[in-house]
Amino acid sequence: MSVKLNVRQVGDVSVIDAAGRITLGEGSSTLRDALRDLVTKGHKKVLLNLSEVSYIDSSGIGELVSAYTTVANQGGVLKLLGLTKRVKDLLQITKLYTVFEVHDDEAAALRSFA
Amino acid sequence: MPTNPNGTQPFEQDLDSTLEAVDKAEAIVVEQAMKAGFDEDEAHQIGMAVRECVVNAVVHGNRYSAHKKVHFTVFSRDNRFTIKIADQGEGFELTAVPDPLAEENLLRHSGRGMFLIRAFMDSLEVKKLSPHGTEVTLTKALGPA
Repeated sequence: MSVKLNVRQVGDVSVIDAAGRITLGEGSSTLRDALRDLVTKGHKKVLLNLSEVSYIDSSGIGELVSAYTTVANQGGVLKLLGLTKRVKDLLQITKLYTVFEVHDDEAAALRSFA
Repeated sequence: MPTNPNGTQPFEQDLDSTLEAVDKAEAIVVEQAMKAGFDEDEAHQIGMAVRECVVNAVVHGNRYSAHKKVHFTVFSRDNRFTIKIADQGEGFELTAVPDPLAEENLLRHSGRGMFLIRAFMDSLEVKKLSPHGTEVTLTKALGPA
């Protein structure tokens, strides 16, 4: 299964609920397109919910990094929510866990944007 | 802990140069790794290493050519689980990727595939094939390192 995205607005924060696999091909491009769409529309606070993402490969990691820099380059901020153990481990061994602001609780994550 | 140190029968298959074949190779190797005795997390890591390697073969080696195959072999012998992945391309340079953990490279979009392969496997060997093609051999020890 490739990745499925649902974008919802909570106050001024755009929450992207992702589910499935973010891997080379459709999974990566789906996330890239969604992020670009949000940034183009001026959304600068993005919370990417990965709690239902079962798998990310090196291409998917690249897309997370691109998402982070795309939003940051527009003066915004992208944070991550709900990493599974495997995704967390992957971000740790690639030293990206300290680059992203990661939250386990959505309410706390939303408050952190204030 | 791995429980089958006496080996498994070699599994061989020619895969198309497609991203669907990447998924297939990963699924096969995870199944074979579990049969060999690795636990679920280890099998997942081996599968991810193989995925990255087959992506290289399909994308950089065979360049998605419908006329070229990726030959894929999995076996365990002498307490080592081994995967061989051979493409039919013109060859590509594996060592020219900057260190993805260096501070200045952390926000690069690409360049983490080989790092993940090395992180999850015990050894990685690359051999040029004649007249063309590249064969990558990955191994991981069965049992305590």
